[in-house]
Amino acid sequence: MTSVLYDAPGPRAKQRNVVLTIVFFVLLALFLWWIWRTMDDKGQLKWALWEPFTTSQAWTTYLLPGLANTMKAAALSMVIALPLGAVLGIARMSDHRWVRVPAGVVVEFFRSIPVLLLMLFAMEFYVRSTDVSSESRPLYAVVTGLVLYNASVLAEIVRAGILSLPRGQTEAALAIGLRKGQTMTNVLLPQAVTAMLPAIVSQLVVIVKDTALGGVMLNFTELLNTRSTLAANYANVVASFIVVAAIFIVINFLITSFASWLEGRLRRGKKSTGVVLGPATVAGTEATGAGGSI
Amino acid sequence: MTVKLTALSALGSLVWGTLLAGMRVSPVPLMRGFGTAYVNIVRNIPLTVIIVFTSLGLADIFGVTMGASDDFPLQGFRLAVLGLTAYTAAFVCEALRSGINTVPPGQAEAARAIGLSFSQVLGLVVLPQAFRSVIGPLANVLIALTKNTTVAAAIGVAEAASLMKTMIENEAQLVLIGAVFAFGFVVLTLPTGLALGWLSKRLAVKR
Repeated sequence: MTSVLYDAPGPRAKQRNVVLTIVFFVLLALFLWWIWRTMDDKGQLKWALWEPFTTSQAWTTYLLPGLANTMKAAALSMVIALPLGAVLGIARMSDHRWVRVPAGVVVEFFRSIPVLLLMLFAMEFYVRSTDVSSESRPLYAVVTGLVLYNASVLAEIVRAGILSLPRGQTEAALAIGLRKGQTMTNVLLPQAVTAMLPAIVSQLVVIVKDTALGGVMLNFTELLNTRSTLAANYANVVASFIVVAAIFIVINFLITSFASWLEGRLRRGKKSTGVVLGPATVAGTEATGAGGSI
Repeated sequence: MTVKLTALSALGSLVWGTLLAGMRVSPVPLMRGFGTAYVNIVRNIPLTVIIVFTSLGLADIFGVTMGASDDFPLQGFRLAVLGLTAYTAAFVCEALRSGINTVPPGQAEAARAIGLSFSQVLGLVVLPQAFRSVIGPLANVLIALTKNTTVAAAIGVAEAASLMKTMIENEAQLVLIGAVFAFGFVVLTLPTGLALGWLSKRLAVKR
């Protein structure tokens, strides 16, 4: 890639770049070496600490059930939050003030509250007002918190997706005599959904990351939570963290790559109007969740 | 506590994020690679994992105590700032980089064509435009950071979430307590969002 910032380097710039590369490399190497040394000093590199991950027991007893729970919570939240978000998003664009205003308030409210607070609140709520069994309570609480937050984020994505369509689409639909509802369901939504897909897929990353919150605060047995039981068993805190982080990175990287592949495909596709919302186009979807939440 | 965490982490992540963004657009391939790798790795780890690791991993195993080894709450606070900074910096970097990318190549080409040096191109033409377009995304990062500080509760920092948990355990007024804390965050984040949104609209480069 040639950046807009600099020309193709001449001889002096090339020399300077080489010098900078060497300096930076030395710094980086020093830093990595320091990490390695500290880990070695503290005995964190002993094979005994890493060995469990090569045996099947660590995986089947701890990590895989944890991963399954992480995925279960993420999938459930996504499936419930999508229709909710769609309804809220469309309600925010309604012509009737009494529909538009409450929807707007709900969306803005849940977007400005940390997911963790929502989860804590849901947890207590289930304890006091329902008879959900104590085993499944954390899952319920995590999913509730994620659904409330992500439905409002998805509502914004839906709204942005519909607004990104050319105005002529609405005008043409009305001109051939469709009602407002028909216009929405037959003309706008199908196109908006294709435009929104990449952004929705990217939201999955946020959801997956946020499930980890429940593991720490609510004893929901997801990946991060099973990690601590595993580390307690094998006494390998650092090693287990590195492995768990790697799992998260791989999963999220796959989701992200899938989203950008989808985006490229839709951009070239015949069915859309050529408008595609990238993951970053909708305000407030990136960096969240808690962890994202960002 | 929440406000303190937010302010310190915001400062830290702005500095570190700007450095990262600088690396990612620099002409030195190794720096570019490091910046890209850092952002992709850190962005995809849940913040919760990072924060818990600073406490369990860094503090207990590596002995990184941030100069407060005997004062446990203070140590937790500093570690939380460290974790939040490392995580948020990745998002700050991406926001800045997208800002630099929004400047049309023609602008920089024109600047080079009239004979400006690299520092002049950057300082007089590209950055002034990039910063303006970046206010919106940065505001979102800041708001997200405000909400993310709740995660620090996981390592025993007494901020809003842990406070709320304790209060709920001790009091019976669940809905009221929830509403108070929710309102507190709305008060924190809404003005930030509105003010910065207004600012970004006002400063946006009209094209």
